[in-house]
Amino acid sequence: MKRALFALLLIAAPLHADSDLPPSRWANEQLPNARQEAAATVLMQEIRCLVCQGQSIADSDAELAGDMRALVRERIARGERPEAVRAWLIERYGAWVSYRPPLEPLSWPLWVAPVGLLALGGWLLRGRFRKRA
Amino acid sequence: MIAEAGLAALWLAAALAALQLGLALGIGGAQGKAIASIRGVAVAQGMLSLAAFVALIILFVRTDLSVLLVAENSHANKPWLYRFAGTWGNHEGSMLLWVSVLAIAGAVVALFERRLDERSLSATLAAQAALALGFFAFLLFASNPFARLNPAPLEGRGLNPLLQDPGLAFHPPTLYFGYVGLSVAFSLAVGALVTRQVGPALARAMRPWVLGAWVLLTLGITAGSYWAYYELGWGGWWFWDPVENASLMPWLAATALLHSLNVMAARGGLRAWTMMLALVAFSMSMVGTFLVRSGILTSVHAFAVDPTRGSFILVLLTLYIGAALALFALRIGHVKEGTPFDPVSREGALVANNLFLSVILGIVLVGTLYPLIAEAVTGEKLSVGPPYFNATAGPLALILAALMMIGPQLRWRQDRAAIVPRLAPGVVIAIATLVATFLLAPDITLLARLGLALGAGLVPASLAPLLGRSLRRTPLAIWGMCIAHAGVAVALIGMACDSAFTREKLTTALPGEQVGVGPWVVEMRTISPVAGPNWTALEAELRASRGGGVSILRPQSRFFTEPVTTTSEAAIETVWNGQLYAVLGAQDVATGRWQIRLWWKPFVTLIWLGGVLIALGGLFALIGRWWRGYRTRRRLSEAGS
Amino acid sequence: MSRARFIPLIVFALIVVAVAWRLAVPRDDRVASRLEGQQLPSFALPPALLGKSGLRSGDLAQGTPRLLNIFASWCVPCAAEAPALMELMRRGVAIDAIAIRDRPEDVAVFLAQHGDPFTRIGSDAGSRVQIALGSSGVPETFVIDGRGVIRAQHIGPIMPQDVAGILMALEDAK
Repeated sequence: MKRALFALLLIAAPLHADSDLPPSRWANEQLPNARQEAAATVLMQEIRCLVCQGQSIADSDAELAGDMRALVRERIARGERPEAVRAWLIERYGAWVSYRPPLEPLSWPLWVAPVGLLALGGWLLRGRFRKRA
Repeated sequence: MIAEAGLAALWLAAALAALQLGLALGIGGAQGKAIASIRGVAVAQGMLSLAAFVALIILFVRTDLSVLLVAENSHANKPWLYRFAGTWGNHEGSMLLWVSVLAIAGAVVALFERRLDERSLSATLAAQAALALGFFAFLLFASNPFARLNPAPLEGRGLNPLLQDPGLAFHPPTLYFGYVGLSVAFSLAVGALVTRQVGPALARAMRPWVLGAWVLLTLGITAGSYWAYYELGWGGWWFWDPVENASLMPWLAATALLHSLNVMAARGGLRAWTMMLALVAFSMSMVGTFLVRSGILTSVHAFAVDPTRGSFILVLLTLYIGAALALFALRIGHVKEGTPFDPVSREGALVANNLFLSVILGIVLVGTLYPLIAEAVTGEKLSVGPPYFNATAGPLALILAALMMIGPQLRWRQDRAAIVPRLAPGVVIAIATLVATFLLAPDITLLARLGLALGAGLVPASLAPLLGRSLRRTPLAIWGMCIAHAGVAVALIGMACDSAFTREKLTTALPGEQVGVGPWVVEMRTISPVAGPNWTALEAELRASRGGGVSILRPQSRFFTEPVTTTSEAAIETVWNGQLYAVLGAQDVATGRWQIRLWWKPFVTLIWLGGVLIALGGLFALIGRWWRGYRTRRRLSEAGS
Repeated sequence: MSRARFIPLIVFALIVVAVAWRLAVPRDDRVASRLEGQQLPSFALPPALLGKSGLRSGDLAQGTPRLLNIFASWCVPCAAEAPALMELMRRGVAIDAIAIRDRPEDVAVFLAQHGDPFTRIGSDAGSRVQIALGSSGVPETFVIDGRGVIRAQHIGPIMPQDVAGILMALEDAK
């Protein structure tokens, strides 16, 4: 009974159309160089999955996410800087694919907002305090 | 029959909400406006809403498949607990819960609020009734939970397996009680702006509601974060996802409101800011509810969405929040401010606290909505995620932590006494921790390093107000404040440790092989099939040790049939200084090797322990203030007789 | 506090306008390639199938516009678009393809079942070229002009009603 169940589970049908090929080698394997792996991990957590769009490629189970992880690891292992890999992906998919908004005119309001909000708050409070006697 | 009875109760409750609003506006003349009449109507409304919700619970527990909602979201084979919790595991049921809590909160205010003058109280109940009316209409016309399905199917569609979990079963009600509890603060603020009675009495009336709602929100968010951590298998505990942000924004507003109310209640100051926060807090609750159900933002947590429902809620929001903010703009000029205070004073520190919390709230709001606004204006799509929020909100949160080290110890109005001796213990520990991190962990990020240092320093600093006092006679509210602030410190340390010291190992293994992560050696023993009440799974037996004894972890890959889904059940071993987290992946058909993912997360549990401490502190404050009020009233009535 | 008291109301109004816009113009979750108007990235893919040549980027810059179809045998909508591709082939359109994460035997079965409109098929086992093109899923079709510049992208299966649009895009690429 156990064996039959086991076999059944192993051949259980996939739930969304997925290829029959195994994941790319570097999709689920860490780079041997710890520094490179750390840099790759940080980058993978900041790249959006194109399929499961609410997750990063580091967290997504989608096949394409696995292939993108492999791509990131391979390039970083070859010596490319993470910023260059990110830029290459943005060239293909647009700023949308990076969870870190790039520094460009479109995203300036985002980076100005914290300072602006603090300034606004400070201005609203300007009359609150009495002068130290 | 029960479904029809539930629907009838809902219609009656809606009619009573309309009546309540009408009475307060003067329809029944002077007697109608009397608080006794309005009170009766509010209580009846609350009870009828509760009856409707209980009816829905009965339908779910019995798996009455002739009701459309039950057929689409439940299944007779589900364990009892999840049939019960399935009542709110869907849009209509959760909306009914939302509205029921709104109506019951109104009933409680009507029954027990004694601090306000009658005019303000009836204005408050009018506002509460107006809120309820809109959401009753939404339920009855666009989200009827009691719609029938004819012919009834033989089996239900089942509940998403991810939701079949005790933590997640109770996460929504906790949050909803929190969100909707803030509606009372909103109504009180609206009522006070209408009758121009904005003062310390209002603050004291609002405070227990805000405290209670805030405690529940803190617990709900903490529970949600821990659930996501252990259920979703990616080892993270916060992603700045739009739905997560939707729950955080009311919490930030409620935290600022809580502190602001203390100033207003004790000193009469900060009235405008407090009114603003009271309106903003519930507005954020409503906006959050809208964002999550309308489907306009991409999220991993998204509910089943429907844009037409989204439009209905948007119209309600625009009316309610627009009217409230307009009322604020028109009336706030007439509100008297309290006595002025020094920048270096308890008020000054609380003002700074308000400022930073409000800025963080603003940042989360901007970050969440900016992709939408950018696309609307330019057509370009961009994403705003953890890198943005961590870089902007993180440093501000650290500044807040630093302020918390001295703020609670300052005196009201002005504090000329020497600050350095009071700050010394916290600062010394913070600096010592900072130096230690440079020596022992030179590679961690600046944010994590500062988080560790400030968190460590904040622990003694938050307990400082208890020094030099008779502990037994210290008011419970002071204990609450210290415990809550210490909770923040603990959570901060946990977050910094998770960010700085987590070790991950991603590899493949065959039974009999060993994998190392951090100080642990993990041996994969067997992979075997197991079965549960409504699932089957492949379970790995892992033996982990780090010098001492052996711990056994059993991560699973689970397969459900109703509906057909595969989930990954992480195995977590909690030890005194952290958690070992194991996930079983797929098997490589060619080599027979199993994917395995291991994390060693030192002190990560401090994050949620801190959250619980924060909530506990709030609970102590709530009980402490209630107890004091009760004792004062008893003494007064005894003195009178 | 004079003018500042209207700030919350104004901010809220902006939010409502943005949100109302999004309800009126629903989200389009398709991710389009940003390489439109740019030269095809250079690549050289091995054959996906015995008996059919592999695909190099140079093959798509032979002087006349061609279609580049990204497909896979395990992809259900790719089967749905097969009739439209056969129709385009009958009308004289040259189509090359890239098979994503596929095995030769599975590609052979797919083509036998649904017809073979392709001149060449390259095998992209690790999705590398797919990513290099800015494609985010299967099926997708690119219109490449005679000089190897990407002129248009069609995301999703080509349905009968899309055929005319594809033909027009090919005309424009001449």
